[in-house]
Amino acid sequence: MSSVPIREDGPATGASSIPRRSGELALAAVAAATLTSLYALQTGILVRAAALREGAHGAWLEAAIWLVVLTALALFFPAARSLGFWQSKKRALGSNDVVSARICAAAARNWAFISLGYAAAGILALGFVNFVLANDMAVGRTFFYLPLIAEKYHLVVYAFWNNIFIFVIAEILVLVWGLVVAIGRLLPGEAGRPIRMLAALYCDVFRGLPAVVTLYLIGFGLPLSGIVPSEIPGIGKVPLTWYAIIALTLTYGAYVAEVYRAGIESIHWSQIAAARSLGLSYVQALRYVIVPQAVRRIMAPLLNDFIGLQKDTALVNVIGVIDGFNQSRIIASNAFNLSAVTIVAILFVLITIPQARFVDKLLERDQRRMRAQG
Amino acid sequence: MSFLELRKVEKRFGPFAVLTGIDLKVEEHQVVCLIGPSGCGKSTLLRCINGLEPIHGGEIVLEGDRVSGPGVDVNKLRREVGIVFQSFNLFPHMSVLENVTLAPVKVLGRSRKDAEAAARALLDRIGLAEKAREYPDRLSGGQQQRVAIVRALAMQPKLMLLDEITSALDPELVAEVLNIVRDLASRGMTMLLATHEMGFAREVASKVCFLHGGVVYEEGPPDVLFGAPKQERTRAFLKRIIEAGRL
Repeated sequence: MSSVPIREDGPATGASSIPRRSGELALAAVAAATLTSLYALQTGILVRAAALREGAHGAWLEAAIWLVVLTALALFFPAARSLGFWQSKKRALGSNDVVSARICAAAARNWAFISLGYAAAGILALGFVNFVLANDMAVGRTFFYLPLIAEKYHLVVYAFWNNIFIFVIAEILVLVWGLVVAIGRLLPGEAGRPIRMLAALYCDVFRGLPAVVTLYLIGFGLPLSGIVPSEIPGIGKVPLTWYAIIALTLTYGAYVAEVYRAGIESIHWSQIAAARSLGLSYVQALRYVIVPQAVRRIMAPLLNDFIGLQKDTALVNVIGVIDGFNQSRIIASNAFNLSAVTIVAILFVLITIPQARFVDKLLERDQRRMRAQG
Repeated sequence: MSFLELRKVEKRFGPFAVLTGIDLKVEEHQVVCLIGPSGCGKSTLLRCINGLEPIHGGEIVLEGDRVSGPGVDVNKLRREVGIVFQSFNLFPHMSVLENVTLAPVKVLGRSRKDAEAAARALLDRIGLAEKAREYPDRLSGGQQQRVAIVRALAMQPKLMLLDEITSALDPELVAEVLNIVRDLASRGMTMLLATHEMGFAREVASKVCFLHGGVVYEEGPPDVLFGAPKQERTRAFLKRIIEAGRL
């Protein structure tokens, strides 16, 4: 133990052994807790007033308001711990116990940061509520007008099935088509050169074209050119939806082909050598050894492209397909209110979440099975 | 006619000539060891024999049939000639059993049931029967290399090429792999191996070949080549090996 008295703002030499400053942080934590609590109270009063005006006030809302205020008050707990550890640190410094002081300072800082972090998140959330309530609830009414949502949501959900149909079929086609193009780009030898060039050209063109332009050209162009018979015997008219599926498959096939290619090229050549040395042909080596490994590696970027595709199904209204977004726009312009569009926005977000979790699970399962523990 | 015969085999990588005229004969049931400094072309030579690398001159003849040059069915050749690599190269997304049965099922057209029974018998022989369902990443280096040997053996090759199969292993794992090679030699498997394990080469080899300058610089029975090498360069190479404590 040092015989020299230790000061918090001591010289920088031997800095690691001097307890770090914690008093200011502890006080800031108390301030943040106070501020957040007051903001929560003010927001609660605002919400209650708005609810009373709308006739939507009830016991559940009152309970929710008080729950939020009490949650904000809970920020005082880490702030108080921080203050406590700050005091302990000062006491330890007084008795020249530098190790205890260091431990207490670290704890004080940690508790202060917890308080500050939660306060920042709380203030942002309360700010959002205030934004919705602003201008006499005009913002809220524009985006979240519940009566309109309750009345029309089934129309939007029904039309959204169209989006789901388009992206499910397109994703299946893209998975196959992208792999075909990727393998085309990787064909070996002189004989493969023209195919390689063609595949590269396809990727350049359809990755460069905006999806909306491709949709427009295919959705209007193919029927106009008469190349696709307007009626297929036994089936009837080709629905516009299928033109949308073709256009999105072409666009996203180009992206996914590049993802596949990156995945295949990332597999070390020694895997090909090992497969070929066992007598497997080039195609068999790709099929059983290279592609299965590549697909595992590209799962996450593949999901990115799929989510992109799903969102771009909102573009199909340019060729007159009634999808969720188009339907919600019709409702919105009739009602002079965007709440119907909010429904479709929520639907788009909701469908991606289970997919993201599903991919996480798949990757995790593979990891558990194939990787060494620890 | 020898079992395997290499005549004036040449191999270049761009302007760099690795093999300038390899003459080599391997008789059936022989174990032939290739020794020589790193970069002398041992691995390249093995890769040429089973068609993983094309050669630029000379010819390779297996059982009287020329197996180098255009028109050769390399997939068929590789059913007869197995190779094991320094870095194991097991398929990481397949279990041990799947690694071993892939080629017999897909290339030889065996039923999965037969292939698995044969694979289990081989795994049992090397003491890894209980690892059949494990994935390669969960095995030690020595275990992985033993599986790689079994994977090549499952094709019932007539000739095995072993490319420095113990070089990537921790010293205490080398023995378990070499024991399998000893076992194979005692069962009469024809083998051509590139190795830095001089003691092992001296023990199992029917013939040792010292590669230098892209040719077989000196060859002979192990006792002669290690005991009384005729060429100055061979002596210099072996002297360095002894100084490194490897002989």
